[in-house]
Amino acid sequence: MSRNGALMLLVSAVVLLLAPYFIESKFYLDVLTLIFFTAYIGQSWNVLGGYAGQFSFGGVMFFGTGAYASTILLTTFGVPPIIGIFAAIFAGASLGFIVGYMSFRSGLRGSYFALITLAFAELLRVLANSVEFTGGGVGLFLTYAPGLHNIQFDSPVGFYYFSLLLLTISILIALWLERSRFGAQLAAIRENQDAAEALGIDTLRCKIYAIMIMGGMGGAAGTFYAQKYLYLDPPIAYSISLSVEMLLVTIVGGMGTVFGPLIGAFVLHIVNEITRHFIDTPGLSLIVYGVILVVIISYLPNGLMGLFKSRSKASDDGGLGPDETGGTSKDA
Amino acid sequence: MGGLAQMKLVGPPKMLDVRGITKRFGGLVAVSSVDLSVSEGEIVSLIGPNGAGKTTLFAIIAGFLTPDEGEVTLNSSSINGLKPHKICQRGMVRTFQITQPFSGLTTLENIMVGAYANTTDYNIARSDAERVAEMVGMSSQLDKSADGLTVAGRKRLELARALATNPKLLLLDEVMAGLNPTEIDEVVKIIKNIRDSGVTIFLIEHVMKAVINLSDRTYVLNDGTLIAQGTPHSVASDPMVIEAYLGHGAAETMKDRAQK
Repeated sequence: MSRNGALMLLVSAVVLLLAPYFIESKFYLDVLTLIFFTAYIGQSWNVLGGYAGQFSFGGVMFFGTGAYASTILLTTFGVPPIIGIFAAIFAGASLGFIVGYMSFRSGLRGSYFALITLAFAELLRVLANSVEFTGGGVGLFLTYAPGLHNIQFDSPVGFYYFSLLLLTISILIALWLERSRFGAQLAAIRENQDAAEALGIDTLRCKIYAIMIMGGMGGAAGTFYAQKYLYLDPPIAYSISLSVEMLLVTIVGGMGTVFGPLIGAFVLHIVNEITRHFIDTPGLSLIVYGVILVVIISYLPNGLMGLFKSRSKASDDGGLGPDETGGTSKDA
Repeated sequence: MGGLAQMKLVGPPKMLDVRGITKRFGGLVAVSSVDLSVSEGEIVSLIGPNGAGKTTLFAIIAGFLTPDEGEVTLNSSSINGLKPHKICQRGMVRTFQITQPFSGLTTLENIMVGAYANTTDYNIARSDAERVAEMVGMSSQLDKSADGLTVAGRKRLELARALATNPKLLLLDEVMAGLNPTEIDEVVKIIKNIRDSGVTIFLIEHVMKAVINLSDRTYVLNDGTLIAQGTPHSVASDPMVIEAYLGHGAAETMKDRAQK
């Protein structure tokens, strides 16, 4: 990373760490917590979708499974969530392994893979509804007992810092992907799987590792969510809207970039809050929100991060236009 | 030719040995019981008219297709049924006739993917990639996005990426197609340098000038069957080969014309 980038990162880290001392409003702290949470879970989607190019529509399955794992451990066996969160990570990663092994081994790519993940998430929702140990449709209630061991806090500041911790970890993972062999292998798979395979990359293994990382991250998010909202039922645990939200923030922010999910989460939450605040007619705010989404996606195919990138790329590629088109048509 | 074949038998050990390879697609026999071998340090070429099955044969050798019959041996161990990445790890790597760049990545990043086959360290992969880029003459294009490269650039990138995996045997599928004469001369020079650095090369090529200039031996494939083999010059004057390219009776006509 460039020096300027490192400096900016340091400044924003300090600002975010000190934010609770300046922001008095519980509401705004809560909004920030939610933004960080969304950015975190967006980043989990980004590992598989952005870096490895394998789109999933059912990312929520890891969130829900992690949430159930730690919550059931807590309510049935009294395991504190600070340990349960690791069980949640394990559960998410294991589910990632199962789904990844089954679908990538049989060669599912593109929309077929996306749909199979959606099917898995729906399957789990139905299952969670019908078995006993999840509490079925009634759901599971958690008791409120603040303390770090419970990942519960008596003020929004605690949740703010915990979500900031999750966000930091997710950004470190993305930074690692940017500069590691594994990250390069995922990018190769995203750009051209056959060529990646020809160059010695075990594409199946790499994709399974990527979905396991996504699963582990999603699992931890589930624990955090359950401890914050103290209630879990199948429609929450396996909601399609969270699956959509995690890919939306990443696509709007910029897929395969370190800060795409965070920027996307910021912008979408702020747009959402503003439209809700200023527009009173019921439903209209959603329409405006949708229109803004359409505009962003159609004019910024590389997301908001593309605004920065395309400018620097344009200066690199100057003057290559004719050659480029000639090359493509001849080669294709 | 018999004498030459004998010498090869007692010569350097066979690095790649292909025995009785047959591949069918439905009713079509794309490759029919092909035998060939490549010894260490050689440049061997495979030529033949369009649709002869050359690329199919390459895909089988590199593990992208499984043969219906026959066996491929690399350094005396069978590689039948191995996945391409395993074969690459054993030291044999292919390029693609239709170039397959990682379009969203830069030239350097593309080559680094190959270099990462031998290291997990970013800096080592980077310096390896820069060294290979220099070898194929791409040093000035490292930061360029791969989808902005010319045909010649893309062909070189294929070569560079494969070379960066540090192979013992390089399978080149028409790396000169679509290049102009100057570019072809440059690539010929590059391929010779690669061989001199200790890499064995097996290539598919249509550019005859390059085939004659480069190859120690040439195989000719037509309709999925090998119809000739030997030095490039002997193959180029083989009547069977001329007929395969120019049609039935062409060899006779050419002979007559030459006599007139």
